[in-house]
Amino acid sequence: MNGPGEPTKRTEDGRLLRQSADSGTVMIETRGVSKHYGPFVALADITITLKAGEMVSIVGPNGAGKTTLVNVLTGLLRTTTGQVLFKGHDIAGIGPVRLARLGMARSFQLVHIFPELTVEETIAVAEIARAGKAGRLWASVRGDDAIHARVREVAAIFGLDTKLDRPARVLSQGDKKLLDIASAFALAPEVILLDEPTSGISTGDKHGIMKTLVEAARTANVKAIILVEHDMDLVAEYSDRIIALQEGRILADLPPTQFFADPAIVAAVVGMKPVRHA
Amino acid sequence: MTPRLTTLVIVGLVALVGSAPLWATPYHITLMIPAMAYGIALLGLNLLFGYAGLLSFGHAMFVGIGAYTTAVFTSKLGIRSFELVLVASAVAAALFAIPIGLLTVRYVRIFFGMLTLAFGMLFHSFLFKFYHLTGGDSGMRVVRPTLLGQDTQELDKIAFLTGPFFLYVLALLVILGLVMLRIVHSPFGLHLKALRENARKAEYLGVTVRRFRLAAFVISAIYCSIGGVILAVPTGIADPELAYWTHSGNLIFMTLLGGFTNFFGPILGAFSFILLQDQLMSATQYWRFFLGVVLALIVILFPRGLMGILESLMARFSRGRS
Repeated sequence: MNGPGEPTKRTEDGRLLRQSADSGTVMIETRGVSKHYGPFVALADITITLKAGEMVSIVGPNGAGKTTLVNVLTGLLRTTTGQVLFKGHDIAGIGPVRLARLGMARSFQLVHIFPELTVEETIAVAEIARAGKAGRLWASVRGDDAIHARVREVAAIFGLDTKLDRPARVLSQGDKKLLDIASAFALAPEVILLDEPTSGISTGDKHGIMKTLVEAARTANVKAIILVEHDMDLVAEYSDRIIALQEGRILADLPPTQFFADPAIVAAVVGMKPVRHA
Repeated sequence: MTPRLTTLVIVGLVALVGSAPLWATPYHITLMIPAMAYGIALLGLNLLFGYAGLLSFGHAMFVGIGAYTTAVFTSKLGIRSFELVLVASAVAAALFAIPIGLLTVRYVRIFFGMLTLAFGMLFHSFLFKFYHLTGGDSGMRVVRPTLLGQDTQELDKIAFLTGPFFLYVLALLVILGLVMLRIVHSPFGLHLKALRENARKAEYLGVTVRRFRLAAFVISAIYCSIGGVILAVPTGIADPELAYWTHSGNLIFMTLLGGFTNFFGPILGAFSFILLQDQLMSATQYWRFFLGVVLALIVILFPRGLMGILESLMARFSRGRS
């Protein structure tokens, strides 16, 4: 793993994630997606793709439609018009459980943990679901070596292996965040959506967490990551592509170098200057 | 307390209770039968409350289903095999619990509580008003069952209750306790705890929240019905009051008294409640008032119940020794 001050090492072709045989395959695709709440248009004509091997950031000022897009992409919300495809399956409104089974996981902006469960139990919840062992009333979690091995493996990736027996509620904020994300990784997803993974984390720790995430994604062979983030420094460093939203529409879909080379777009995203749609 | 010490304490307590016919009075032995019946019912109720986080105000309905199944089998159908009655009551409870659970587990907190209360009230009204089917407020007679195929008619009632029936019920408590212990430590049990803590997060980790809540609801109903079967035998009657909402309140009281955060808390709560109620009833006509005071004190001062107090004392003792 890289040191805390070093930039994250990219692969030979300049990508953040490990490239595999299916790199370039479309994982997620939205086709003309719109979402209306009565007269309010939260999303309008969103067409984007996420390919295997990509780490794509979604940015935009408050109210731009990021949360709605995330909820549409994770099958929580039905679209008003358009399609959302994950590996070719229409996932609009399918709900989190079926989405997890298809191979997509997400973490939340606010920390979502099980306060009274230990680190070990929290990761085991995901592993049990992944392995299809949830319906076993007569099996013992304690006696299942396969579950323990997998839990230790995931915990080690996130540096939580020395805290396995601690209840989640006593962890530091940073560790709670890591546990939230680690449990999502334990599902062995092909795509993971990270909703502001560094919110509530001190500036000094943000890069450390992001490096851990990228390393974890490489180790776990995650094929693609969607990152929703406000911190533009992190977006610049941890994106292969940046999708900017403004007033529910796509403002830009560009590689970081081109994105940050356009001052109008950057100003619009950080909330200083609206860019008028053509 | 280490797992080995816990096991030793439990084995010791079971041996102590099992030897009660040798050292306790018949009165106290017959008092332990409803305590064990409630212990079984509360093991089920606490799977729903303590593990899945759903507080039901209507589970007395399932106790009533157990009692009335016993009455129908023993006095109407002439089937006196206690084992068959137990199986039939479990099936009956499951048949009621599945449709009710399908409707109620879509909701949580007070909405779930109120819906279960409503179904409990409906069932009580059925028992109370359909006199020709249920005996109305007179209830239905329960005939003494056979145990493991053995007819015990030659024994008088006290000898039957303090001898074979007492030991049979203790064996049931132990077996069903072990089954429940296995369930709560299974992958299913861990998923129940996860959805209790954070249902949204659990869903994103692949936990089928409603299905698991429904399963917990049905299992808890089965345990409550078995408790109802046992309660009906000593009194010889299936009483509609067993299904009344105040009885659901008593079940919750016992769970809180013993402590719902510990697996053994509800069993301790059942024994403590029966003993407390018996002592208060013999001491004062205002026993309900004093039960209310105890409940208020427990909730305010000891939210983890008697088992929480014991755990704190054990922790203090361990710290003192080290």
